Amino acid sequence: MLPSPRPSPCQTQIETVFAGRTIVLDACGALFLADDDILVVSDLHLEKGSYFAARGNPIPRHDTRDTLMRLAAAVDCYRPRLVICLGDSFHDVRAGERIARADAALLADIVASVADWVWLRGNHDPDIAPGFRGRVADAHIAGPVNFCHRPEDGLPPLIAGHYHPKRRMRLVGQHISAPCFVLSRDRLLMPAFGAYAGGLSTNDEAIAGLFADQPCQHVLIYRNKLWAFAQT
Amino acid sequence: MDKVLTRARANAVPDYVERWFAGKGWELRDYQRKMVEAFGKRRSTLLVAPTGGGKTLSGFLPSLIDIHETRAKGLHTLYISPLKALANDIERNLHRPIEEMGLSVTVESRTGDTPAGKRKRQRERPPNILLTTPESIMLMLSFPDARKLFANVRSVIVDEVHSFAPTKRGDFTALALARLAEFAPDHIRFGLSATAAHPENLAAWLGFAGRPATLLKAGLNAKPNIRIMRARKVMPYGGFLSQYAVPDIYDAIRATRSCIVFVNTRAQAEMLMQMLWTVNDDSLPITVYHGSLNREQRRRTEAMMAAGKLRAVVATAALELGIDWGDVDLVIQVGAPKGVSRLLQRIGRSNHRMDVPSEALLVPSNRFESLECQAAMNAIARGVLDGDEPVDGSQDVVIQYIVNCACGESIHPDEIFAEVTGTVPYKMLAREDFDRLFRFAVNGGTVLSNYERYLRLRPVEDGRYVAATNMVRRRHRMNIGVIVEAARLKVMKLNKTGKTGRILGEVEEGFAQGLTPGDTFMFAGELLSFARIRDLVVEARPATGGGEPKIPAYAGGNMPLSTFLADGVRHVLSTPSSWRKLPAETREWLRLQQDFSIIPPEDTLLIEHFPRGRLFHTVFYTFEGRLAGQTLGLLLTRRMERQGFKPVSFTVTDYGLAIATLETIPEEEAKALLSPDILGDDLEEWIMDAAMLRRSFRHVAIVAGLAEQQHVGQRSTVRQLTVNTNLIYDVLRRHEPDHILLTVARRDAERELLDLKRLSDMLLRFQGRLLYHGLDRASPLAIPVLTEVRTEQVRGAGVEALLAQASLALDAEQMIEDVRAALA
Repeated sequence: MLPSPRPSPCQTQIETVFAGRTIVLDACGALFLADDDILVVSDLHLEKGSYFAARGNPIPRHDTRDTLMRLAAAVDCYRPRLVICLGDSFHDVRAGERIARADAALLADIVASVADWVWLRGNHDPDIAPGFRGRVADAHIAGPVNFCHRPEDGLPPLIAGHYHPKRRMRLVGQHISAPCFVLSRDRLLMPAFGAYAGGLSTNDEAIAGLFADQPCQHVLIYRNKLWAFAQT
Repeated sequence: MDKVLTRARANAVPDYVERWFAGKGWELRDYQRKMVEAFGKRRSTLLVAPTGGGKTLSGFLPSLIDIHETRAKGLHTLYISPLKALANDIERNLHRPIEEMGLSVTVESRTGDTPAGKRKRQRERPPNILLTTPESIMLMLSFPDARKLFANVRSVIVDEVHSFAPTKRGDFTALALARLAEFAPDHIRFGLSATAAHPENLAAWLGFAGRPATLLKAGLNAKPNIRIMRARKVMPYGGFLSQYAVPDIYDAIRATRSCIVFVNTRAQAEMLMQMLWTVNDDSLPITVYHGSLNREQRRRTEAMMAAGKLRAVVATAALELGIDWGDVDLVIQVGAPKGVSRLLQRIGRSNHRMDVPSEALLVPSNRFESLECQAAMNAIARGVLDGDEPVDGSQDVVIQYIVNCACGESIHPDEIFAEVTGTVPYKMLAREDFDRLFRFAVNGGTVLSNYERYLRLRPVEDGRYVAATNMVRRRHRMNIGVIVEAARLKVMKLNKTGKTGRILGEVEEGFAQGLTPGDTFMFAGELLSFARIRDLVVEARPATGGGEPKIPAYAGGNMPLSTFLADGVRHVLSTPSSWRKLPAETREWLRLQQDFSIIPPEDTLLIEHFPRGRLFHTVFYTFEGRLAGQTLGLLLTRRMERQGFKPVSFTVTDYGLAIATLETIPEEEAKALLSPDILGDDLEEWIMDAAMLRRSFRHVAIVAGLAEQQHVGQRSTVRQLTVNTNLIYDVLRRHEPDHILLTVARRDAERELLDLKRLSDMLLRFQGRLLYHGLDRASPLAIPVLTEVRTEQVRGAGVEALLAQASLALDAEQMIEDVRAALA
């Protein structure tokens, strides 16, 4: 039986149980494991803007700052013992060369404010930019829960990123599209935290296939609030 | 000496031309002679002539003569057409006079469809006459050899000028012409245009920096014979299908040799085609023609029509422009005409002889549309046209232009500023604004540090700039143009093996994603059953059995009613003495409205309010056109949201605005909603938050080079190369709210989507003249508004309420599950 997420009155957080642990889904796109004092974010894609800019695209490069400011707020809110970044934290292996000094300093401050920090490797960042504190790993285990970048790379119960799930919903006379958490009994997919990270439809075989054998819920982030739905 | 002689000769029409015309049994028309004269006198000229009567040939004739007489080498004449297909057709059509007159003139077309090898060769050894599109010209202008290629161009012919002038693509074309003027100092411009409301505006647009082209008007057509179809079945109150009239349309087709049935959208074309097919007991050759069909299919249709092998073509605006189509003896307009000039252009597709009146039949889809048909007929009878006022050009196009220029050679901002402001759309562009655009082109306008590594344009000596890298050039050239279309997928009709098949055309991605296997839909006149999407191709089988098809929901093809015609409709409605001209069922409908609610007098604004289903509807009969209605809708829903009425969505038509709310709205509140102060803070607050501004931003971002144009076939890779413009928009609003692209997007939205002036005039005019009718159900007048398919979404408390409802449904299920689990 999948426990029902109970929205808080402000709907910016939803508390539920996953793999026997109390977890809090946050409308900022982060996940807090209350029993373990761990904050999880995924797919920051830092310096995605400058990646395009370096290729002649005049894209505004505020994305790193935006992502970091939201990350700082999340860390400040939960004050976790450990932060796990579930991979693709940097958009590419040269992101560290492009990051503005002020942004690098901001990131260093955020990392320094937490006792422990784990960077999981992702397909975009097989090498984590040097110069930032924290452990680098392919996977992390906390109690019963496995953490990894791609959900295919770990055994359940697991918490993973990579796919940037996003759900389209048809409402009366209109539709919306919003990033979401996807959670089932023993799998939890994180939405992308990065400002310029797009999304993949939850209907896509890549995501739907992961949950073919068990019911799952989509918790949408829409207008800084959370909305829980059953899978269609 | 030689040159002088040639010029003198060029003023007269040579014998071989006269003989050729005579041999065809034609007579050289006066204005054709004048065009030859204008060429000799180097006078740019806009020829305004009705369809038919050799307008296109008039543009080319002077060039044919001059090239032949002077034995011109290299590129001599450029022909710019809004349609690729038109360029291709003209190529075919020019070969005949050239061969028959024995001229030594080479002609080729060049569009996005031209093979790369041929395009390369065309730059090295160009033909005398090159037929092309604005996008292709702009691309050629971006190459380093452009100056040499265009150096000896003597004439630039712009076809269908009226279709360019007041649009973003017109701005784009004006800039391409400005650059050409730099590279080819000796050319003149010839414009060809259909009859237009303000030809002097078009002549100014066509002219060189501040000097309008000479206006040459050819004789007018005889006034067309237009009738509203009297169908056997009753005209419906709402909807856009015109199903009721299908047997009568079919009869009309049967009674003619060849006819064009115009509709307003591609989806309508498909639906009407299907409906005609079911009544086609005589198996008449009828087919469908619109922009989503694949090129081969369109080609085949064009050839069959020209050969007189088709009895009818169901077509969209894709057929409005272009060459003669054989002997079309009737044009049927199904659905509202939307504009007087547009209707005339469509009607002009029949009977290309200027002295015989064209025949046209109007088929309104619902009773509101019959008012519009009547208003259009009144205007045509009075000989008045609607026309767009010139507006300032879009600034994102300038950014693209700057980069385009810098791809070819080094540029100086002063020079480019002079070129840009020499065009009509940008004559008011301030230097300060231009400098911001230039800075954006150079480095994204960034205020961030270490920007040197992100330059698009690199400074060289003397304050000049060039494209920074070849990657910048390549990327720019891939994305030239201002036509931003939704991503599309090809549709393949699988053959019996089920593995492969024939490509029929393209549908929009959103439509394709909404399909589940087994769903049926109409496409290219066939009923198909969706199988799957594979490699960006929608694979479908021919559908067997019945069932209602899901119709392709193309976004393209929606046309707004001209404000001019909207006024006409308002007048017809509020003047009962004029109703006798209307179809009987329209009169009956208006009388029902009189009895049930009220016919709004011309000096009042009627508001009706009634429940319907789970929602309440408030209908404001504005008659101010779609743009003003849309703006009002967005502002009103915002106000309603703040006041707790929980608006969910609204529907805009050219006649009125219907807002659906979860709560009822009493009279005083409804009237107060329309107080003019809505244009103050409400507008300012709302405008940056509106979904439409995001749409506008997406368009601007693509044109300015921030996101890629999506090209079919390379989309999967392109997607990974692009950041969703919605995300960029959000980040910009948070971190750089005065970013130039936000400014431009907003200006575009105001220009294209808001119509603020008209709205504020209306609100002031109807102060204290609001009529509120609370009803227990939808009134007759409201039905066509409610059944309009296009709705604008409200993203606020209403949506949250709906989300909450859906979310609660889950909770309920969950609770039942909990109970079941407890009992088990």
